[in-house]
Amino acid sequence: MSLLSILGILSSAIFSGTSLLYATLGEIVTERSGIVNLGLEGVLLISAATGYGVTVTTGNPFVGVLAAMLVGGLVNLIFGFLVVSRRANQLATGLTVLFFGYGLSALIGKPFIGKMIHSLPRYLLPGLDFLPLRYTSLFKFDLLIYLVLPVTIFIWWLLFRTRWGLGVRAVGENPETAYASGRNPGAIKYQALFVGGLLAGLGAAHLSLAFTMNWAEYMTGGRGFIAIAMVIFSKWHPIRAIAGVLVFSGAVAFQLLLQVMGVNISPFLLDMTPFVLTLVVLLAWGGTRKHSAPATLGRVYQGTE
Amino acid sequence: MSRTDPKAPARALGQQFLQAVIRYGSTILLALALFGVILLIIGKDPILAYRELFRATFGSANGFSEVIVSMIPILLTALAVSLPSRIGMINVGAEGQLYMGAIFATFAALTFSHLSSIVLLPLMMVFGILGGAAWALIPAYFRSIGLVNETITGLILNSIAPKIAGFLVFGFWHSPRETNMTPNFVQAARLPTFFNSRIHLGFVFGLVLLGIFWFVMKKTRWGLEMRTVGGNMQAARRNGIPVSTYMIVVFCIGGGIAGLAGMAQVSGFYGLLIPNFSPGYGYMGFLISWLAGGDPLGILLMAFVVSVIMTGGTLLQISVGLPYAVINLLLAFTLFVVLAKPTLSLIRKGRAA
Repeated sequence: MSLLSILGILSSAIFSGTSLLYATLGEIVTERSGIVNLGLEGVLLISAATGYGVTVTTGNPFVGVLAAMLVGGLVNLIFGFLVVSRRANQLATGLTVLFFGYGLSALIGKPFIGKMIHSLPRYLLPGLDFLPLRYTSLFKFDLLIYLVLPVTIFIWWLLFRTRWGLGVRAVGENPETAYASGRNPGAIKYQALFVGGLLAGLGAAHLSLAFTMNWAEYMTGGRGFIAIAMVIFSKWHPIRAIAGVLVFSGAVAFQLLLQVMGVNISPFLLDMTPFVLTLVVLLAWGGTRKHSAPATLGRVYQGTE
Repeated sequence: MSRTDPKAPARALGQQFLQAVIRYGSTILLALALFGVILLIIGKDPILAYRELFRATFGSANGFSEVIVSMIPILLTALAVSLPSRIGMINVGAEGQLYMGAIFATFAALTFSHLSSIVLLPLMMVFGILGGAAWALIPAYFRSIGLVNETITGLILNSIAPKIAGFLVFGFWHSPRETNMTPNFVQAARLPTFFNSRIHLGFVFGLVLLGIFWFVMKKTRWGLEMRTVGGNMQAARRNGIPVSTYMIVVFCIGGGIAGLAGMAQVSGFYGLLIPNFSPGYGYMGFLISWLAGGDPLGILLMAFVVSVIMTGGTLLQISVGLPYAVINLLLAFTLFVVLAKPTLSLIRKGRAA
């Protein structure tokens, strides 16, 4: 077992974790405003297919990323129309968005199956150009990977250090009080959903434009649900989401590592680890969790008259 | 309408029925129109597609039987969601419970394959029910002691169950030829089918359970107590109803029903276990239960509508040349239309209470 293969595994774990972190951040923003989007998986699929299609058509992956983000935001706005304006049940609407995503992404992606794209360009980590060629390829990352930590910090700053973030959190905790203090809960929920959709779109774009570099039906493989579990794991906090994603990517990397070492352990067992860990953490935190979850998460805001 | 009019109740019922027809009819028409627009945009003929869809589902006995076949799992999972919803518990975990039921039933089928079907099938049913119930016990227990809410736990367990299926199939149970499925079950482990079609005994399970559900809810003390728990947990507790016992038992029965759905699917439909065999039956059940507001007749009707749509997907693939998954759009549009009209859910809520 060589250094090269270990580095290769770490490198691929970084790739697979990035899209997850973006999606988790997006769901954190929406859940902070009191809205749980169970259809995140569907949003990711639509964004991934759109991003891929636009990249094939325009030949420019950055346009694809923008398109994926925009579409993610738009789908979340449709979701918002139903749960905010029409006051529909969030769980049922979320699952509907899931099936909507299955269908629409298959439709959008179909003409682009098997088409080649220019993937997002990769840049070598600065200061590593002295390495031999076969090593440098492992330290080449695309822009979205370099941006993921700054974006995480930016989202933390947005939620906890700006008036807008205060508004989002206030609406998630108690929309009536937020309304009484002059905020518009409906508008804030829409904004949070749009921002969350943009982030989900970024994650999806990274998945199809940088990681797998192709489009296939159901290609997100449950990442949307993993992200929802990650949100709970991270106690609705952007910085802690990094830890959650590291655990997940670590499990992925560990699994690949064992395969390389020839240890025969079922990949299915390792795939379970992030979920089992989330469950354990959830139970261990138990009581304290109540203080970290937005108080009105999942509840329909009936308006204050 | 005067108060003394003797025909008033009948007329009101007729009016209610008419309203229901108009409501469901307009919902479906609107969804078809929306999906039609999508078909037009991508250059397919919606009229042709719908005529084909109609012909494939209602036009022949064989097509219609396929609708019934695909109705079996979602009818059962819808019940698995509806029962706990009566005591105010949200079962989004039916997907995982379905998988556990299928896994347990498969274990029974492979282990006791020498038994005759009279013993083996009930054994598989018991195993399936136990599997689903065990998977439901986890969220139910932690909810009843007030630790974690059952939605979150259920969702996480949904992601774990198919991986357990994968682990067992790839690791231990796979057939000599293929690694991604178990060998075919022996004939004794297959639920009997009817009418020369693929309709299997699971349909009877669904109908019987639906009848029991209706009876228990409307005619027994349990039903009343459950509605009390769902209506006002505090009041129920003060009145001496054992709330946490109810929570655990009812939720586990729900899980058992979902487990039975899994058993019916592997035994009646596939005759073997494939990991990831469910295209979201548990989630569909949740949506059906929600659409029907927990009303037994509504569950039957909505499960039928969803089945017609999903059966139509195969056809979309063959005659219109679109991926099967695209049919999910029609399902989603139907739901969007319902979700966008909250007045409907208010009416249903009023009726359910």
